[in-house]
Amino acid sequence: MKELLSGNEAMALGAYHAGVVVATAYPGTPSTEILENLAHQDGIYVEWSTNEKVALEVAMGAAYGGVRALASMKHVGLNVAADPFFAVSTTGIIGGLVVISCDDPGEHSSQGEQDNRHFAKFAKVPMLEPTDSQEAYDLMDWLFKISEEFDTPVLLRSTTRISHCKTVVDVGRERKADLKQPAFTRSPSKYVMVPSNARPRRNVMEERIIKLRSYVESFPMNEMVLGDRKLGIVSSGVAYQYAREVFKNASFLKLVTTYPIPVSLVQRFAKEVERVIVVEELDPYLEDALHELGIPATGKDFIPIIGELTPEIVEQGAIKAGLLPAPKPVHKPAMAAQLPARRPQLCAGCPHVGTEYVLRQLCFQNASSPGPLKKGEVVVTSDIGCYTLGVYPPLSALDTCACMGASIGQAIGLQKAGIPNKVVAVLGDSTFVHSGITGLVDAVYNQGNITVIILDNGTTAMTGHQGHPGTGISAKRTKATAVKLEKLVEGLGVKNVNVVNAFDLKAIESTLKRCLETEGPSVIISRGPCPLNAKSTGKPFKVEADQCTGCYTCLDIGCPAISLSDDRAVIDASVCLGTACGICAQVCPQEAISEIGK
Amino acid sequence: MKDVNVLMVGVGGQGVILASDAMSEIGMNSGYDVKKTDSLGMAQRGGSVVSHVRWGEHVFSPMIKRGEADFLIGFEQLEVARWAPYLKPGGVVIIADVVVIPVSVIGSNMHYPTWQEIEGILKQYTEQIYLIPAPRIAQEVGNPRAINMVILGFLSEFLELKPEAWTDNIRRRLPPKFLESSLKAFTRGLEEAGAMRLAKGVKK
Ligand SMILES: Cc1ncc(C[n+]2csc(CCOP(=O)(O)OP(=O)(O)O)c2C)c(N)n1
Repeated sequence: MKELLSGNEAMALGAYHAGVVVATAYPGTPSTEILENLAHQDGIYVEWSTNEKVALEVAMGAAYGGVRALASMKHVGLNVAADPFFAVSTTGIIGGLVVISCDDPGEHSSQGEQDNRHFAKFAKVPMLEPTDSQEAYDLMDWLFKISEEFDTPVLLRSTTRISHCKTVVDVGRERKADLKQPAFTRSPSKYVMVPSNARPRRNVMEERIIKLRSYVESFPMNEMVLGDRKLGIVSSGVAYQYAREVFKNASFLKLVTTYPIPVSLVQRFAKEVERVIVVEELDPYLEDALHELGIPATGKDFIPIIGELTPEIVEQGAIKAGLLPAPKPVHKPAMAAQLPARRPQLCAGCPHVGTEYVLRQLCFQNASSPGPLKKGEVVVTSDIGCYTLGVYPPLSALDTCACMGASIGQAIGLQKAGIPNKVVAVLGDSTFVHSGITGLVDAVYNQGNITVIILDNGTTAMTGHQGHPGTGISAKRTKATAVKLEKLVEGLGVKNVNVVNAFDLKAIESTLKRCLETEGPSVIISRGPCPLNAKSTGKPFKVEADQCTGCYTCLDIGCPAISLSDDRAVIDASVCLGTACGICAQVCPQEAISEIGK
Repeated sequence: MKDVNVLMVGVGGQGVILASDAMSEIGMNSGYDVKKTDSLGMAQRGGSVVSHVRWGEHVFSPMIKRGEADFLIGFEQLEVARWAPYLKPGGVVIIADVVVIPVSVIGSNMHYPTWQEIEGILKQYTEQIYLIPAPRIAQEVGNPRAINMVILGFLSEFLELKPEAWTDNIRRRLPPKFLESSLKAFTRGLEEAGAMRLAKGVKK
């Protein structure tokens, strides 16, 4: 049966048909839909794990129990899960274990760019990369087989354009019927990695890679396409598709097994063609591998190392390198006038706005000018989530954003460094549970003099409203045990714990002022539902035109429902959440904003 | 079978993805190889949305190259201007008469381009520009959100497939509550295209 599937849908279906029994993930673009698509399937256990490290550990445990397991995450998620990734490479598994890393070249929705192909070589884990959804689907079965045959986790590396691109898939299989019975067999020499056991496993790992080297030589999805022998292109992933698009007549070697690479196949290809180039996204990973074989390949001298490739970038690179003829000069349209950008922004009724507005007022003395802090200003370390959009004007209320959970550690560090300013850390509820808890324990243990604000909108909003331990909603959208954040924080030993309504500016302000004055760590949980996730909506507000003086204070909250008409503020009632939010009415000095019809 | 490259652009929440998903599946069911890719740029938070849809004998790249879109379909006017360089010279532009002002304009010295300015940008690439009263049509069929269906109907007039290829797919995609009005919106879009092309003197 033919279906049009995204790479993520294809991986999920492929894994399901391959008999995956336990699937775990922490959400992160572009990987999130893999678990979401597995969650509707029957007969499999899925979970949103607390973070990627836990996700991989749960999948590892399941694979120790003899069943097929999968953990998926975005590229930076594998940084978080790196410890168990290396560990399970050492121990090996019983049931097949597939780890999916979805990289985000070009940082469509990420705080950094990295090429996770290096992780495979680094951790000595075999890696395969699909070039479209069909291969993503077909590969899943192979991955589990390889994992079990070679006693190793397997890395499937995807990228945004594989995960989020829909292509035609011939769905040829059904779910395996003969699933292995879960069972654990005691084997301390395999599972208990004390040095005396871990050392022999090192030998096993190296022998495994040697065996895999010969295995990949005949892997059926690696493909040589011989055309014009003048130019031979080695490529993998979506870059292969761009190469095929741009170089119409060249010869190609498509590599699906990219660690280890099929050395003889590559050498044979290099002999078939006059010149070898490598077309790959991000780092010269394959190019370096070819150089190690003594093949004088080029690639990164005309294909950028930074950012996402497009067929156009590949084409321009090829023209620059003289591999393709320069295009006929065509009439070039004049540059379009500069068009206003459409940046993402916090939604109307977003519960983060009020807290960030107060931070702006209390912590920043003037316009968002970069430079040394004045006395009395407060540093706001922040984290990753929708609330990070508060870095943009008009809120401009944040000073840092590095990696998930870092806000708290950064705050402690700034304070311990002895800077003369107070420090506040701001992070979301999902981020707090993901990796903020350990930072907060550190603040308790080491007497960090900081205030931590948890923006609790009851969901993981940024990635599309997944549940997390604080929400009480499972990956299958059923009821689960909710971890109460205020209890958790108290239990960690924080004495000064406050819960405020995220839409009550006065309460947020007075609480924050009080916390900044007290010694030791304090926590404010600013709570209000995400409007995209909330069941109830409010009654919209309006601006009383004759009361509005055009002071524009309401524009300082950056609400998309508020705009100007004839220099007076107007509210778009179809977007406004009104009584469910009310921030604009609280900031209006003229009291010109109120519920429609009141 | 002629290759068809369509770039659909708009703003989060306008139904661009639903339309491009439908368009892709319709291509597949009609025997084309199909690839489609979206750039979402945090669309739910008001960012722009771009979908590349490619039909062909065999499609390699999911992304359309600049200057190669046969159709540029705009759910919003500013976004059409932004993506104009993707148009193939002489390609077709279909634009819903919708304006969504970005926050970057409010209280700043940037201005939202007028229709004349947008048309001026587009005319550097093509004369085939269709500004359609999609919001009005959607209102009239009683489903203001069906702007995407009006657009699909309009687009379908330019492609070789029978209307049923489109409507069968739409039928499977939409909840019963919106189905009838959506199909009406589609048909009205199709008729509008016929009328506008006739008025332009375009021979089929
Ligand atoms: C290690 C890592 N995993 C996942 C992500 C993707 N990601 C970015 S923000 C976020 C969660 C945001 O949730 P929350 O903290 O509750 O804030 P909200 O978006 O709801 O405001 C996730 C999962 C990431 N950036 N880094």
